[in-house]
Amino acid sequence: MTPSEPFRAPASPTQSPGGGIGRGAEPPSAAILEVRNLVKHFPLGGGRVFGGMAGLVRAVDGVSFWIRKGETLGLVGESGCGKTTTGRCILQLERPTSGEVIFEGRDLTRLSPAEFRPLRRKIQVIFQDPYSSLNPRMTVGQIIAEPMAVHGIVPDRQARKARVPELLSRVGILPSLADRYPHELSGGQRQRIGVARALAMEPSLIVCDEPVSALDVSIQAQIINLLEDLQAEFHLTYLFVAHDLSVVRHISDRVAVMYLGKIVELADRQALYEDPLHPYTKALLSAVPIPDPALEATRERVVLKGEVPSALSPPSGCAFHPRCPIAVDECKRVVPELREIRPGHRAACILA
Amino acid sequence: MGALLEVRDLTTYFFTGAGVVRAVDGVSYDVREGETVALVGESGCGKTVSALSVMRLVAAPAGRIVSGQILFRGRDLLALDEEGMRRVRGREISMVFQEPMTSLNPVLSIGRQLTETVEIHLGMTPAQARGRAVELLGLVGIPDPGRRLAQYPHQFSGGMRQRIMIAMALSCNPVLILADEPTTALDVTIQAQILELMKDLSRRLGVAMLIIAHNLGVVARYADRVNVMYAGKIIERGTAREIYANPRHPYTLGLLRSVPRLDEPRKSKLDPIEGQPPDLMRLPDGCAFSPRCRYVVERCARDIPPLGAVSDGHDAACWVADRVGQEVRA
Repeated sequence: MTPSEPFRAPASPTQSPGGGIGRGAEPPSAAILEVRNLVKHFPLGGGRVFGGMAGLVRAVDGVSFWIRKGETLGLVGESGCGKTTTGRCILQLERPTSGEVIFEGRDLTRLSPAEFRPLRRKIQVIFQDPYSSLNPRMTVGQIIAEPMAVHGIVPDRQARKARVPELLSRVGILPSLADRYPHELSGGQRQRIGVARALAMEPSLIVCDEPVSALDVSIQAQIINLLEDLQAEFHLTYLFVAHDLSVVRHISDRVAVMYLGKIVELADRQALYEDPLHPYTKALLSAVPIPDPALEATRERVVLKGEVPSALSPPSGCAFHPRCPIAVDECKRVVPELREIRPGHRAACILA
Repeated sequence: MGALLEVRDLTTYFFTGAGVVRAVDGVSYDVREGETVALVGESGCGKTVSALSVMRLVAAPAGRIVSGQILFRGRDLLALDEEGMRRVRGREISMVFQEPMTSLNPVLSIGRQLTETVEIHLGMTPAQARGRAVELLGLVGIPDPGRRLAQYPHQFSGGMRQRIMIAMALSCNPVLILADEPTTALDVTIQAQILELMKDLSRRLGVAMLIIAHNLGVVARYADRVNVMYAGKIIERGTAREIYANPRHPYTLGLLRSVPRLDEPRKSKLDPIEGQPPDLMRLPDGCAFSPRCRYVVERCARDIPPLGAVSDGHDAACWVADRVGQEVRA
């Protein structure tokens, strides 16, 4: 067991030794989190009367990556690709079917609840919907103070009370709003409360699960700026789970693209956006609308055929092959490995 | 091409126990034959209520169209009786909603839902209606339509359900489709499919479309003209090219500048619009955007700026539209 490292690597894309963990690639010593061959299958019940198992949803199917201390890893993909389940397995809100989640040197999947408890506060989460994730019967002040009490961060009641206005002002909320209830606040304000609650735990890693996708466009930028400021101030590490590729490009140092439970591409931000290698990443990027009609009029678009197949019965070989514009026969048979095509740039495509 | 739909000074309020919500507050816009017009704005700006008002589907008793005219092919829809309105709704004007799962009936087969409309509106026999349903599903790109008619909404994916909604909207050969955030609930790659399909159908069938969106990005490729709404009013309108290249209202400019763009170098910091949208029950005096505006002058907090021409075919409701224009060009 290694104690948490004081060293903080300023995320510098140019120095990245590798885009992901696979054969022969070791995570840097500054990695705060390492996920190894993570698998989460959900059995589908066959009904109470007949029993048995009707199938297996392969939500996460062998995912490996690491995150350096202080950096942001973007995890993108469409609904059902397993990005949220991956986040939930890291948070230990789901028990992985197999694989390891190594946080600050300890495999969380092997810890007992009692052993995990002191680590709990160090890994926090910010959810998509700030309304359903805040207790409607608690005031803003109680929402922020309660976890501090539970985890003994600030054991003294008076000191805790004093901490609430500090946290509120840090996330841009007037401390006088501490007596309000969540329904009295706007969506943007509620998301700021969600951020303050996470921050109160003095975490080192925050899983941000679509933190801005429920917010209006003009508010999204406010929250993203806030998250970036807090990261710099408190040396936070983010796993930023989202489907909006423009937002992910803005906030991430490295980006992993998921499709049907697997990472299909992983690279530094710049490499992924300027030189994507996987046909799925290319299609995703080309589907992002650009607010410029003149540019859109001449822009070539790869419109993918069909839809994301079910994780209950993923296609053979490369799961993307039925929708892939460049698929060859071999793609139906061979499961492509996530391999390093260029230094730090991995893709799971035999044609990459 | 002449105006198909002319909305004039539409005012729709909700009378609640807590006060009057001014959801739509004197809104005017046109949709011409065959064109695609966008109504863009954030939640609560009145874009959906304005479309529901056109269909006269505002939830009574709280919601009421207080004043204004909705001229459709020259007739005022607000003057029609319920029977007359039923003949327009779903037949000449139809709607596509954001969430196809909640707008399709879960206990009726797709075939039943498609044939019902054409039997009622077009007086088709069951056999004719079935033929029409198969044709419609083929038109919106659903493979093997004959077999899929017997299936239920839950047996289709989100994208397929939205295609079915579009098929239903097209079933009586409408001249206008109101599409309320038709792709917001869908994944990026499916969004692209649905928008391309709608644009293609609109061109091939000559159907005009009013697309409601919360984001200027989505409609850039598809709209001929754009209306931007804020707090119940249209604050800027013009051709799509003009609005994106030369915005003159600080809110439109703010919306465009606050989103990160894939076609531009990454900015170190995003440029948000500060503050939050106003409470529609307690609107500020003067321009409703003034408390959030970077260009605010004294007059803004006093007088509501009218929607006035800033160039040919381009209107903005801002006292300092010229200054905004200069900054955009600089």
